[in-house]
Amino acid sequence: MITSSSVRIKKEWDIVGARQMGRKLAKDLGFGTIDQARIATAISELARNIYLYAEEGKVEYEIIEEMNKKGLRIVASDKGPGIEDLSKVMEDGYSTSGGLGAGLPGVKRLMDFFDIISDPGKGTTISTIKWVR
Amino acid sequence: MRIPILKLHNYLLVSIQIDLDDQTAIDFQEDLLHNIHKSGATGVVIDLTSVDMIDSFIAKVLGDVVSMSDLMGAKVVLTGIQPAVAITLIDLGIHMQNVATALDLEQGLIKLHQELGE
Repeated sequence: MITSSSVRIKKEWDIVGARQMGRKLAKDLGFGTIDQARIATAISELARNIYLYAEEGKVEYEIIEEMNKKGLRIVASDKGPGIEDLSKVMEDGYSTSGGLGAGLPGVKRLMDFFDIISDPGKGTTISTIKWVR
Repeated sequence: MRIPILKLHNYLLVSIQIDLDDQTAIDFQEDLLHNIHKSGATGVVIDLTSVDMIDSFIAKVLGDVVSMSDLMGAKVVLTGIQPAVAITLIDLGIHMQNVATALDLEQGLIKLHQELGE
């Protein structure tokens, strides 16, 4: 079994590719349909952020094991403009793109672990984990 | 990729059976509005039975197309939203409160029939 892989985000269609890959890995790992949908949706939001704000980046997948539990780690990274005000993007309803502003706070609720590192001018890396229940 | 839009009497029927990318979703929005204009349809059912995830972008496109159709005088009902999709939408914080929904296509048509009194 492959334990890590990645999808490059460059075209709009890559958003679909990234979430399909995540769903497939989640299914193979034994996640139920609801968690598969959560993971696919979270990846879709992360990949779209890369496409919209950084133009290019990648989504990496890693199957992880810890204390008898298995999980899927999703890391979305780019070398885009970064985020000036992290607390603001984590507010529900905040959007600079005219979207619903559900993006990052939504991803945080969909996943079990969420961490964001952003350097303005250098890029953003968002790490998330979902554990198999 | 274009999503087929079928006409049934005064209604338009749409069944989304593909994984929606952003462009297809936007094209669908325009196609549906043109079809409403052309056909004079008073009601639309968009069936989402085969859709296994709706993210914030697709939710916005769907919510917008309901409002846009409403402006044109056509009532839209979304049907067949899967349990996993409903759960993830609420997790995301998207409530789509102004959108009419029904369990399946049949219930959707009944709902349109009742609301439009045709």
